[in-house]
Amino acid sequence: MVHFKVNGVERSFDGDPEMPLLWYLRDILGLTGTKFGCGMALCGACTVHEKGSAIRSCTKQMSTMAGADITTIEAISGQGPTAVQKVWIETSVPQCGYCQPGQIMQAVSLLHSKPSPTDDDIDAAMSGNICRCGTYQRIRAAIKEAAKVTA
Amino acid sequence: MITIENVSRRGFLQGVFSAGAFVLCARIIPQPLWADATSAGSPIDLAALHPNIFVGIHADGTGFIDSHRAEMGNGVRTSLPRILADELDADWNRVKVIQADGDERYGSQDTDGSHSVRDYFDSLREAGATARLMLVRAAAQQWGVPESQCVADPIHTVSDRNSNRKLEYGELASLAAKLPVPKKEELQLKSPDSWRYIGKPSTGFDAADICTGKPLFGMDVRVDNMLYAAIAHPPVLGGKVKSCDDKAALQVIGVKKTIAIDPFKPPHAFQPLGGVAVIADNTFAAFKGRKKLKIEWENANNSSYTSSEYKKELLATAHKPAKVVRNIGDVDAEFGKGGNIIEASYFAPHLAHASMEPPVAVADVRADKVTVWAPTQNPVGVQEEVAKALGIKKEDVTCHMTFLGGGFGRKSKPDYAVEAAVLSKKTGRPVKVVWSREDDIKFDYYHSVAGMYIKASVDEKGKPKAWLQRSAFPPIGSSFTANTVYGDDGEMAMGWSALPFEVPNFRAENGEAQAHIRIGWLRSVANIYHAFAVQSFANELAHAANRDSLDYLLELIGSPRTVDVGKTDDDEETVKKYPYDIGRLRHVTELAAEKAGWGKKQSGKGYGMGIAVHRSFYTYVATVVEVEVDDKGTISIPQVHTALDAGIVVNPEMVRQQFEGAAVFGTSIARTGEITATKGVVDQSNFNDYQIARMNDAPRKTDIHIVESSAPPAGVGEPGVPPFAPALCNAIFAATGKRVRELPLTRNGFA
Repeated sequence: MVHFKVNGVERSFDGDPEMPLLWYLRDILGLTGTKFGCGMALCGACTVHEKGSAIRSCTKQMSTMAGADITTIEAISGQGPTAVQKVWIETSVPQCGYCQPGQIMQAVSLLHSKPSPTDDDIDAAMSGNICRCGTYQRIRAAIKEAAKVTA
Repeated sequence: MITIENVSRRGFLQGVFSAGAFVLCARIIPQPLWADATSAGSPIDLAALHPNIFVGIHADGTGFIDSHRAEMGNGVRTSLPRILADELDADWNRVKVIQADGDERYGSQDTDGSHSVRDYFDSLREAGATARLMLVRAAAQQWGVPESQCVADPIHTVSDRNSNRKLEYGELASLAAKLPVPKKEELQLKSPDSWRYIGKPSTGFDAADICTGKPLFGMDVRVDNMLYAAIAHPPVLGGKVKSCDDKAALQVIGVKKTIAIDPFKPPHAFQPLGGVAVIADNTFAAFKGRKKLKIEWENANNSSYTSSEYKKELLATAHKPAKVVRNIGDVDAEFGKGGNIIEASYFAPHLAHASMEPPVAVADVRADKVTVWAPTQNPVGVQEEVAKALGIKKEDVTCHMTFLGGGFGRKSKPDYAVEAAVLSKKTGRPVKVVWSREDDIKFDYYHSVAGMYIKASVDEKGKPKAWLQRSAFPPIGSSFTANTVYGDDGEMAMGWSALPFEVPNFRAENGEAQAHIRIGWLRSVANIYHAFAVQSFANELAHAANRDSLDYLLELIGSPRTVDVGKTDDDEETVKKYPYDIGRLRHVTELAAEKAGWGKKQSGKGYGMGIAVHRSFYTYVATVVEVEVDDKGTISIPQVHTALDAGIVVNPEMVRQQFEGAAVFGTSIARTGEITATKGVVDQSNFNDYQIARMNDAPRKTDIHIVESSAPPAGVGEPGVPPFAPALCNAIFAATGKRVRELPLTRNGFA
């Protein structure tokens, strides 16, 4: 049995210790905002925050969850869209939208560590998140705009 | 099944799109998108005014508008309702978009071929104008004044021109519903200068729900009592299970059982591939259990398919006389004169769709009805295929369309929904079939591999007098009719059977090619390889003539005229509606070049600019790509300019998004896109070996230039893709002098 927090709520788990956090969130808790894209930490669709930093939930096994404090897209928008999400909407970033929760979680984490990121910072932080619709240009613009808003 | 009670109330409301009796299934648990219909009907059915299947107006003034096609990033849930809302003079802030289920009364819902706006522009305007006219007539009746005295203005309101009386749409809805639905001839459509929404940019209707992680997608569907399934598919197309040891799989925590799925009966079409399903109480357990299956496969004759060998065959075919699909003048006579001959071969590999959301579907098979929730481009196809597989009537299958996490053509094929239905029937419970990324990459309906050969005889100025082009590719038809080896009229019309250049003698041919993996359509389809060959070759001719690529291309395009497109898969009326207008092709070419500052910066020494132009889905697109190539062959793309003429544009913001995205999709195709097979088994499996352009690979900046036009609306989802790869390869030639005749770039020493 491991104990941890998801979106501020105390949780415990005694199922298959190999289960990735992703499937615990989606299938057990029903928090489907975190997406499945590859299962190998190659695409970033499953990005959540652990203590504020972006991690890939598809390769984080439940056996390593003791004491973890996880935040998902549902919780960062619990009180309505955050500044980053608002800019994302105003910039018309999403096309199909499937990867966008992961992109937003990654961007929020970037802005947390680097409030005024350069283009190189954005490339370095965001190139692990694939968007098959190809919204990268707007993601970059939205991050820069969000940096201004949150500065 | 619950039949809603107010059918008779609506019985007299017979418009262009008769509502008719409407039967709905009780939903299982509430969901935000795919369960708009309650047990008593959808908000449109229940609206006070409901003149047709697309729109309903409630007494509180809320306008409910259907989006009947698939939302997969194409923006149809915004663009289609805004066409209707415009003619209705409805306040967009008081409109709610309802996602339609699969239902033949909508006409085609198969969201492919960039059809949505071009096929429904007129009928959605009529649907909106119908409701508006009824509201105006209701006001006239209420006030006892002539209809001509009443006007739908200001927004969402009818006013009396001769007094200050006004009534809101909500106040008029019930009265309007008592009037007969007007005939099409009575409708007066708004003139373009009074359009409120058409041609004006708008953010997507669902942007906020997407950005806050709401459960919108097929992958997000959860219904009570649901089981999860992962399926071990035969690695070789047509393979069968010889034996299966599932002992270890059944030991996995959460795994319930395994179930064999029958192999398909050829041709495979939309049938499941067959194999062994692992049924579990969560997705991970199903995946883990599947890994532990020990299956011996009996492989079919497709196990001879090896891409390196097949490539040689295709290119050999492309060099031999083949089936003539178009002949103008006499190329042989011209070639026989012994002039200056230029020839080249091109090759483009298979591609996989790799939508971010892999195929997934939930099905609930009950004694008297089947409900499917699926991210599908083709909901009626889901109904038909599920019905066929279960031996029931398609009317007994309800298909709720969820959002699609990308489609690109893959999700027009309902095989994965059929798998869910077959497994639900066998387990007696709702089943969610989840494809892993490996399933998606290894068991796709692949974009065709293609070999092409082009030969031209040029005059002393380098202008072609004769042009022969021959392509060979395993056709899409092979998925539906066994042993189909030639492309159909549709594939040939995609940039092959007509040449938009001033060349007196032209022949297009198509050689035989047998398919050994499932072949299907992928965003812009045969245009991808055809445009790559034709636009690369045009650039080779320019270089041979020692001419500037743009000047030469414009000279090839020639003066404004209409090109006879020859045979296509579209009907005559459509072909007539969208003549191949060389003036428009020329204009986008000039516009893209002008915006890009063509010729201002010297190409060479690792910097180059390249151009390509192509018409597909009746939209004219020219792309200029700037490239930088370092000593190691690493490329970067600082800037792209795309000019397009798609006729009337409904939502310019979303059109820009589509074409920005097409440049990134094109980047994936050009740089790394390659699916290969060895002994019938696809070699790639995930994003590590089938690489999709990431932010640091993608064009840094893409500017989109939309030509203002009053021509009928054409496609926008796909046409941005075909010119990209040749424009990039032409830019690489300008930068390095190295000609790329085979995709992807990783096969040419570039990365």
